[in-house]
Amino acid sequence: MSAAPGRPEEGSLPLRLTAQSANGALKSEAVIELRDVSKQFGPAPDAIARFGVRMGWMKPPRVARAVDRVDLQFTRGEVVGLVGESGCGKSTVGRMVAGILRPSQGTMLYRGQSVDAMSAAAARQAKLKVQMIFQDPYGSLNPRKRVAQIIGEAPRVHGLIDGDFDAYVDAQLQRAGLDPAYKRRFPHEFSGGQRQRINIARALAVDPEFLVCDEAVAALDVSIQAQILNLFMDLREQLNLTYLFISHDLGVVRHLSDRVAIMYLGRIVEQAKAVEIFARPNHPYTQALLSEVPRITARHRTFAAIRGELPSPLRPPPGCHFHSRCPHAMPRCSQEAPVLREIAPGHHSACHLNDSN
Amino acid sequence: MSASTTMPVLEARGLSTHFVSRGGVVKAVDEVSFSVARGRVLGLVGESGSGKSVTGFSILGLVDPPGRIVGGEVLFQGRNLVGLAEHEIRHLRGNRIAMVFQDPMMTLNPVLRIDTQMVQAVFAHQRMSRADARGRARETLAMVGMPSPDEQLEAYPHQFSGGMRQRVAIAIAMLHRPDVIVADEPTTALDVTIQAQILAEVQKLAREQGTAMIWITHDLSVIAGLADDVAVMYAGRIVESGTVDEVLDSPAHPYTRGLIDSVPSSNSCGERLRQIRGMTPNLRNLAPGCAFRFRCDRADDACTRDPPRVERPLGHAFRCFHPMTVS
Repeated sequence: MSAAPGRPEEGSLPLRLTAQSANGALKSEAVIELRDVSKQFGPAPDAIARFGVRMGWMKPPRVARAVDRVDLQFTRGEVVGLVGESGCGKSTVGRMVAGILRPSQGTMLYRGQSVDAMSAAAARQAKLKVQMIFQDPYGSLNPRKRVAQIIGEAPRVHGLIDGDFDAYVDAQLQRAGLDPAYKRRFPHEFSGGQRQRINIARALAVDPEFLVCDEAVAALDVSIQAQILNLFMDLREQLNLTYLFISHDLGVVRHLSDRVAIMYLGRIVEQAKAVEIFARPNHPYTQALLSEVPRITARHRTFAAIRGELPSPLRPPPGCHFHSRCPHAMPRCSQEAPVLREIAPGHHSACHLNDSN
Repeated sequence: MSASTTMPVLEARGLSTHFVSRGGVVKAVDEVSFSVARGRVLGLVGESGSGKSVTGFSILGLVDPPGRIVGGEVLFQGRNLVGLAEHEIRHLRGNRIAMVFQDPMMTLNPVLRIDTQMVQAVFAHQRMSRADARGRARETLAMVGMPSPDEQLEAYPHQFSGGMRQRVAIAIAMLHRPDVIVADEPTTALDVTIQAQILAEVQKLAREQGTAMIWITHDLSVIAGLADDVAVMYAGRIVESGTVDEVLDSPAHPYTRGLIDSVPSSNSCGERLRQIRGMTPNLRNLAPGCAFRFRCDRADDACTRDPPRVERPLGHAFRCFHPMTVS
């Protein structure tokens, strides 16, 4: 895992972890792999600003490090849950995986091949294999197009429809649990759950192998949410899909995921098999998150919250990003960022507490 | 299961709010009855369109035309609020009965500083010096767990995060130490950690101040942790009510059962969830009978009639001809 070409040296940041080499065996079957990927948002400095910064006359522009050196592999047929509070960068990771955003640094590999090194046609094909389902079932459908157009447009453009257009659209609608008789309707004629089904049908119409679901059930009612979650699970079996399931709802993530990654302020702080992470959370942030999830079985509980709020990604605290809210913070935590280390087979956590014992 | 025999602070009896339009009548709230006592939290659970928010608005007399309270009464300390003149209900609203809304940005005025807004809210019901009013605002902000309240008073709403704004909204609702707070999905838009912080503050307030709360939400798991009693609404009606333990452990109504099963829990990993089929019905010109019968596995011909209210011991009540068997 050598550094990607063109990646600027950042001496102040922690060294790359080496524990990840344990995943070497997985590499061959990884559909998508993020290697040391970062994403910053900020104003692009013009020539004068760049010159000014170099001469020390101006301060470098403030950038938000939305995603900070993230490594993540997706094995074929796997459901990876990505959990974090709003503003932690989980949606940015999803958008990079879906090819909507380009990483600022690092490489993204599709089937072992760097997306940057691909030819334009191959990159387009790779992008088509990764589809995204968004949170807002109202905002993500064009209100002026009929359902058949919404679903059929992409496969037609990409030449995926061999036979009859209508038959193709009907099959897509049926697979998502919608009556094909509705295909002449407009999105506003559907309820939230049905619209999310249209979104799913649209994503699946181009025959993807990977779905990025960004809070895909967060806007739905409980009874409808259960229907859509069941649909996701059925589709996974039928089509051998790989999922990146982004959610703040730990109950949903736990229900669906094989592996879970917890993000805090741009960094992955813990990653493990779902069963493992819910049974033995290691990072204090994960522990806090898990203890605060309201559960139907927990009655009349006393809510004891972690203090404080998510700091701004424009000015993340130095060292471990979580130290400002952590009940176990030590002096070292504010100076040195912990690296993601393997603490048990397949269980990675980034916390200094693991070094002391 | 503490004694709920104390006199209720707020009680709704057969409350009905209908929206009349050319297309027909929408019975958003239909013969709803519940009560909440001092220091207790009543959870009002339902999916979107079940009428839970309109119930909240009806309590405070905030229903706009074409909506109208067509029947029933809302008793606040024994006094009926329905049909009260606007200036009389205004005297109570924000003073003795306060409301917290889902979106704090809609509650707060974006161009006024927090102290201005809070002082105005104090002056709306009490005469005191500006300094005293500001002191009251400061004290209330501290009460809801706002760090460094003095500085925050000088801030504008946009300078706050969602969780902080919701704290300010709750603080404004608490300014006059009301007897009842109606909270309409106040933590739905917030992160789990922030939600837990707010729930902790609310729990403390209800205990210490003895405020009665009506907590409107779609999230059964929040209700499980926070509320003492729960009322489940479906299509404008309360289909089941009782203490949280009774209703969640041995639900009688198939809809409540379905809702509980729809929530992914620790022992359902990887399995299909038991879902409720179909969608929430259109409330316009809803046929008589049980509104849930189109989605219910137990429904038969009997369900085309209105199910009567069945009462069990411990205040557990439901409306169903074919209740789930419970011990």
